[in-house]
Amino acid sequence: MSGYLLRGVSVLGEDRVDVLIDGGIISEVSKKPLAPTGVRTIDCDGLIAMPGLVDLHTHLREPGREDSETVESGSAAAALGGFAAIHAMANTNPVADTAGVVEQVYRLGREAGWCDVRPVGAVTVGLQGTQLAELAAMAHSAARVRVFSDDGTCVADPILMRRALEYVKAFDGVIAQHAQEPRLTEDAQMNEGFVSSQLGLRGWPAVAEESIISRDVLLAEHVGSRLHVCHVSTAGSVEIVRWAKSRGVMVTAEVTPHHLLLTDELARSYDPRYKVNPPLRRDEDVQALRQGLADGTIDAVATDHAPHPLEDKECEWSSAAFGMIGLQSALSVVQTAMIETGLMTWAEVSDRMSTRPARIGSLRDHGRPIAVGEPAHVVLLDPRGKSVFTLEGNASKSRNSPFLGMELHGRIEATFLRGRATVLDGKLAG
Amino acid sequence: MKRHLLSASDLSYEDAVLILDTAEELAKLVDGPVKKLPTLRGRTVVNLFYEDSTRTRISFEAAAKRLSADVINFTAKGSSVSKGESLKDTALTLQAMGADAVIVRHSASGAAHQLAASGWIAGSVINAGDGTHEHPSQALLDAFTMRRHLRDSKGDLAGVRVTIVGDVLHSRVARSNVLLLATLGAEVTLVAPPTLMPFGVEQWPCEISYDLDRVLPRTEALMMLRVQGERMNNAFFPSMREYSRGYGLDDKRASALSPEAIVMHPGPMNRGLEISAGAADGLRSVIVEQVANGVSVRMAILYLLLGGASIEEVSL
Repeated sequence: MSGYLLRGVSVLGEDRVDVLIDGGIISEVSKKPLAPTGVRTIDCDGLIAMPGLVDLHTHLREPGREDSETVESGSAAAALGGFAAIHAMANTNPVADTAGVVEQVYRLGREAGWCDVRPVGAVTVGLQGTQLAELAAMAHSAARVRVFSDDGTCVADPILMRRALEYVKAFDGVIAQHAQEPRLTEDAQMNEGFVSSQLGLRGWPAVAEESIISRDVLLAEHVGSRLHVCHVSTAGSVEIVRWAKSRGVMVTAEVTPHHLLLTDELARSYDPRYKVNPPLRRDEDVQALRQGLADGTIDAVATDHAPHPLEDKECEWSSAAFGMIGLQSALSVVQTAMIETGLMTWAEVSDRMSTRPARIGSLRDHGRPIAVGEPAHVVLLDPRGKSVFTLEGNASKSRNSPFLGMELHGRIEATFLRGRATVLDGKLAG
Repeated sequence: MKRHLLSASDLSYEDAVLILDTAEELAKLVDGPVKKLPTLRGRTVVNLFYEDSTRTRISFEAAAKRLSADVINFTAKGSSVSKGESLKDTALTLQAMGADAVIVRHSASGAAHQLAASGWIAGSVINAGDGTHEHPSQALLDAFTMRRHLRDSKGDLAGVRVTIVGDVLHSRVARSNVLLLATLGAEVTLVAPPTLMPFGVEQWPCEISYDLDRVLPRTEALMMLRVQGERMNNAFFPSMREYSRGYGLDDKRASALSPEAIVMHPGPMNRGLEISAGAADGLRSVIVEQVANGVSVRMAILYLLLGGASIEEVSL
């Protein structure tokens, strides 16, 4: 049995159809029941099918910090989260700033086979922000890098940012900026606001993000380049991106699931699980981000899955590492924040979590509709189900999730990558 | 009362007044013929100090010893990022030693909260200063001192006009004082250059001002905060002299205070920067008294948190 029949599945929340997956592609979609032979039938009563999800922002930590994640463990978590493709950020050790490192990550992803792992190349050598990395070499390598980012640090030097934006035009690349003005955020611990002042934790002001985004959209406009803004976290950032798009600037933006649901009030616990960069913001920001995602100002949900070993989170807040894991909980959080609130439809969720991120990452094979002849990257979810994200079900090597133990909407039943099930019955199928 | 004292906001009005009243009683007792009370005999109190702070540590140590507790001083150098033991391992060690109370001073805001919430320690956690967050026992001893001078050692501080001057942004003393003084009904004004005011301070339960001279005449209790000279390297103010001219308590300003007003400082002082020697040692100064009151207040905190035998019982 090589194929699968998805019996009575609701594609993007629409009327039920039978979908036949065979030979790595979607071979039939029918409103009438199909009766193929030699395939496994999955009863999809109540289930929704979407194109396999695409994450623009994942930290897989390999090479260098295999104690917190590997390409294998991270991509397995991705499959369980419904992802068919993920972008592995460059801040590994060694940094993914050469063709050699990106090819290594690419190869490890293929060997693991849980989803397509697309390496992101560093913009500057060693993420040091002083000299451009060999961007073309990475673009022309086997890994075919199209997204470049110094994520974790900001390309703060305006001339370097300008050159990077210009340079990647030659191979249709995009610079994904981690917008953080470094001087305004020295030793910053959490969102600067009423809560940070009360807690005595050094503030990370919204203006540190917004000033860089403002500069970058103007640079992108000036040189006619594509800019992608990572993990937008403030209401002001949404306004700036909206304004830039209205001017025709080629800018795209992403938001993380946690910024759609959590606020800086959680820092009152001093639990470092809530320490993340950019930091959790105010409720007004959360509402503006949801609005921006719903109206399309923000193009994509990206996890910023950032694994850290326990000892880097089981310590004083100011000593703890920034970041949260998020691949397995992403879709549930989005359902909770956007579907259950009536802000978005499943078709829109699919657009923001598959179609547009695939386009931003230049992944021609991903983010395709569920239609005959298309590659069979499919996620099946039960939107009525509830799931509690537990340690037992966690495939990541790290456990720094703010959602652990929290009951969330939706349950992922299966994920298909080129017609092969990577997840069945909510478990890894391999 | 809660099991831990982590923030001045942990204290209800009743808790706060009870601590002040208890401190008065304990102060009277140890001023009498019995220097030492047996209330915490057999209990172990640990001073866990990650930051050098001789005065706070000695104050807690004296308080615990006057209540007959066994005191262990644990000076931990460095936090988990630098070399040395993690907060968790230290906490587990103290737990294994059977600490009934852990008094913690740490450079990281929230360290005391984490100890209390972690489950690593079974005993009470008392925050003796965490980063730029809070220092609740200091606020209690300040309130105790104000009440003695301005309210005849009774009740609360309703209507008392308190002015807190200096580096509010980095001050755990200011944070705890604003919270506790609001609970006790005082009217607080914070005075600092705008660069040293915390973001969102308008929402705090107090007034703010950039003009010390305007606030001084109506002030009943003036609290000067320590200002670190190195702040000027981060452009918080242009020079030490300019800071001192605008926000220091010099002799002239001290004379603008009403005769009944008191001058306070949590120490250690930078004489000549935020306070002149004349003002620090002047008639209105209660700075040395604050130190003495610190022991009484900390006795009350330990006594109430650890639930020692009743005062009436031991004073028989």
